Amino acid sequence: MRPIEIVTQALELVAALAAAPLFLGWVNRCRAWLQNRRAPSLWLPYRTLRKLFFKDAVIAETASPLFRIAPYVVFGAMVVAAGIIPSMGTRLPFTVAADAIALVGLLATARVFLALAAMDIGTAFGTLGARREMMVGFLAEPALLMVIFVASLISATTALPAITENLATQSLGLYPSLAFTAVAFTLVLLAENARIPIDNPATHLELTMIHEAMVLEYSARHLALMEWASALKLFNYACIGFALFVPWGVSTGANSPAALAASIPLLAAKLTVAGAGLALIETLSAKLRVFRAPEFLATAFLFAVLGLLVHLLLGG
Amino acid sequence: MPYFESPLSLCLALLTLWGLIGLAGLLRPASLGFVARTLFPLGALCGVALAIVAGLSLAMRPEAAVLPLGLPDLPMHVRRDALSSVFLFLLGVASAGISVFAAGYFRRGHGTSAGLMCLQYHLFLASMGLVLLADDAYTFMVAWETMALSSYFLVTTEHRIPEIRRAGFLYLLIAHVGAIGILLSFGVMQGGSWQFTFEAMRHAHLAASWAATAFLLALFGFGAKAGLVPLHVWLPEAHPAAPSPVSALMSGVMLKTAVYGALRVGFDLLGTPQWWWGLAPLAVGLFSAIYGVVFAAVQTDMKRLLAWSSIENVGIIFTGIGLSIVFTGVGMSSLGALALIAALYHSLNHALMKSLLFLGTGAVLHSTGERNLGRLGGLIHRMPWVAWLTLVGALAMSGLPPLNGFVSEWLLLQSFLFAHQVPHSFISMMLPLGAALIALSAALAAYVMVKFFGVIFLGQPREPGLARARDAGVLERLGLLWLAAGCIALSLLPTQVIGALGIVVRQLSGATLPSVTAPWWLLVPLPGGRASYSAPLFLIALAGVVALSVWVVHGLYHRRVRRAAAWDCGFGGLNARMQDTAEGFGQPIRHIFGALLAVRRELPSSFDREPRYRVVVGDRIWQALYVPLGGLVQRIADALAWLQQGRIATYLLYSFATLVVLLALML
Repeated sequence: MRPIEIVTQALELVAALAAAPLFLGWVNRCRAWLQNRRAPSLWLPYRTLRKLFFKDAVIAETASPLFRIAPYVVFGAMVVAAGIIPSMGTRLPFTVAADAIALVGLLATARVFLALAAMDIGTAFGTLGARREMMVGFLAEPALLMVIFVASLISATTALPAITENLATQSLGLYPSLAFTAVAFTLVLLAENARIPIDNPATHLELTMIHEAMVLEYSARHLALMEWASALKLFNYACIGFALFVPWGVSTGANSPAALAASIPLLAAKLTVAGAGLALIETLSAKLRVFRAPEFLATAFLFAVLGLLVHLLLGG
Repeated sequence: MPYFESPLSLCLALLTLWGLIGLAGLLRPASLGFVARTLFPLGALCGVALAIVAGLSLAMRPEAAVLPLGLPDLPMHVRRDALSSVFLFLLGVASAGISVFAAGYFRRGHGTSAGLMCLQYHLFLASMGLVLLADDAYTFMVAWETMALSSYFLVTTEHRIPEIRRAGFLYLLIAHVGAIGILLSFGVMQGGSWQFTFEAMRHAHLAASWAATAFLLALFGFGAKAGLVPLHVWLPEAHPAAPSPVSALMSGVMLKTAVYGALRVGFDLLGTPQWWWGLAPLAVGLFSAIYGVVFAAVQTDMKRLLAWSSIENVGIIFTGIGLSIVFTGVGMSSLGALALIAALYHSLNHALMKSLLFLGTGAVLHSTGERNLGRLGGLIHRMPWVAWLTLVGALAMSGLPPLNGFVSEWLLLQSFLFAHQVPHSFISMMLPLGAALIALSAALAAYVMVKFFGVIFLGQPREPGLARARDAGVLERLGLLWLAAGCIALSLLPTQVIGALGIVVRQLSGATLPSVTAPWWLLVPLPGGRASYSAPLFLIALAGVVALSVWVVHGLYHRRVRRAAAWDCGFGGLNARMQDTAEGFGQPIRHIFGALLAVRRELPSSFDREPRYRVVVGDRIWQALYVPLGGLVQRIADALAWLQQGRIATYLLYSFATLVVLLALML
């Protein structure tokens, strides 16, 4: 374990923690522009977090200790996930402990705790949100796993940094299977991050909301952690997408300080484009009825399975 | 220690001790203090001892013995090898926790008296142990039938209730249909030598078609006991009917004896399996996994939900076995070893976590008298011990890292990633799709567990009576704690567990995992930097980040908390009935998997004075397979009924006619 590897690991964690709210702010700003609204400040998510951390926490009388632990677990899971995904360099010391399957498991852990916390208060909103979230989750999770499987089959490993390194250093790799899985991944990203067309991050209309229904009872520091965790989740998903589909620019191999430094502006550029793309997709599509969400996710799952079949047919 | 020269005799002595403890129950059958507080803890100690002996004997050489018991000329053969040891270990560990729990669980008012129940319970344990040690077909079948009968009597403990008698009958029926399959399989495997010792079967050279017949018959027989679809119908009936410790024992341990049997026949008695045999357990296993978990998601009875979840897990185990047979058959032996280790690991995991969950439901059932999820809720406040320990089981069952359920599923998925290298073109493309189904069933399992835990323990109590619920007693807590600790040990020490299971696989199929140099805390199943996982490091990272964020948030800001009523949108009048019921939580699954389920709904009309909504989810396989089959049997029985005249003279005539026919055939 060389010092530069530890620096890469630490830098990735700090970058994820610091930049996740900014990325969210950027997506919101692009959305506002596209919808001819006056855009909120890029720094609004930070101010919201600051405000929330200073407030007094109000907790429902029926809450159990699980309700108070859950925000920390969800936040912790997202931070650990950020440590697994190679967003800047592929030599990450922690990734021996968790491969891509463990990453999917970690995201599932966060989801289960979020859903359990939502059920803890015992209001109609919480259980409704938990049920819908688990419905989205059980379809999105295998789809994401299939996406990762295709990339694993191409690279003969399930270690995410090794996959990225393999895909980034090949001279010219054209994989039709990755095209299918990229579509699947985009659909999963939209669904898992409570984006239109599955959920609307700006809504508080009870009939349509999923994520907001689950965190309805949270306030102050607990809400801040939940909000930060969901910003981190979006950031993580974007970075998983980069690691699998646009791995270029990540510091690979010897991992020199120069390469690491060069990867930072590239990551920023990728995030800028991805955020704008996400806002565009959200603006162009309409919210689906909740009953239609399974169809949307089944499409994602089938796209991923199709990608797997294409990979096997063409012999990779 | 001279006794350690022969762990086999120690194991047999412990099984005999179980039998004696059972018989001791008859001395003072009505005395709950004697039976529950003395005999059951003794039985638990026996379980611990068995686990220690079996665990230590794992790496020892196999040993066989002939017991001078049984019929003349038919002595009982017993043998202990690594495969027996690992399942004896499972039996010992799981039964220790369950027996301690049972010591605090059984109370007055059950149908069967405590002493008789103690006999049945310990006979059940001892017969399961004997199944694992048997080395000839007779001993195996005697132990197998003792196991089936003793568990039948345990299921029908509350035999005054007609539904329970019906569930018991269904269980007994399918157990015997399965036993016929096993018996026929042994009949084929003796291969004309008429020697029914396992040693003779190992050396019988069967034609390929007969070997395949024997394998499929065994799969049918053991599949019936394991609850593979379509022979699963008894599970969701028998598990809710039985007292909770018995459900835990049946689901956690007895289903594993079927896994043991399938492995014994498939890998040991039949020699090296053909690759295509594996496709049968693989396909049936995958179907069972999906079918079981979908039905689990729509159940409203907590024990029935767990029973369906057992079907799912058995499906995952058989998927691993099938994959292992395919790999071994085509000569990819180290991958075969990996898949087999995944199956064995999942068996161990399931034994502990399902027992834990069943005992958790038992504690809830005792303190509330309610099995229906729709009448529970909010018990985490009243029963924190049971709730938090059950949460461990529920998270493990959901296959979430860093708990143990994840490890076995991870291993299975890793072995699926190689399935495209199987040198049979169509099959090699279909196999990786199995990974998609495993992923789907794992994700659905998380759905089921959120429903199970959330509806029972979280939220507000749905009935006013729940306010009187009390936490489990000391012995019950101890049982739950033991099983939860077992789950955590299996989570954090995967490398050691896999090392031990590697011995089993090496003895069973001769295959080994390639040796990889890795530190003790890092799990690297295959060389070449393909994948690694470290549960301890993972847990430390997660716990570290959580602790750090708690410390930072509390340190930098403040820790003020105000309690207030839950948000009611300003309308007021929120009550506990507005939470999702179990039916409500399963609604998306009913919607998405409508094709698998036979859903009957009664919707209220707008003119009803007392509007009622009822939904019943039926099993299509019951309708499509069992109802016609039952009708057919009934018609045949009706047609033959004229034989029954009820006069002794007629029956004597039948005997006479039979003798005449036999004589004619003989001469």
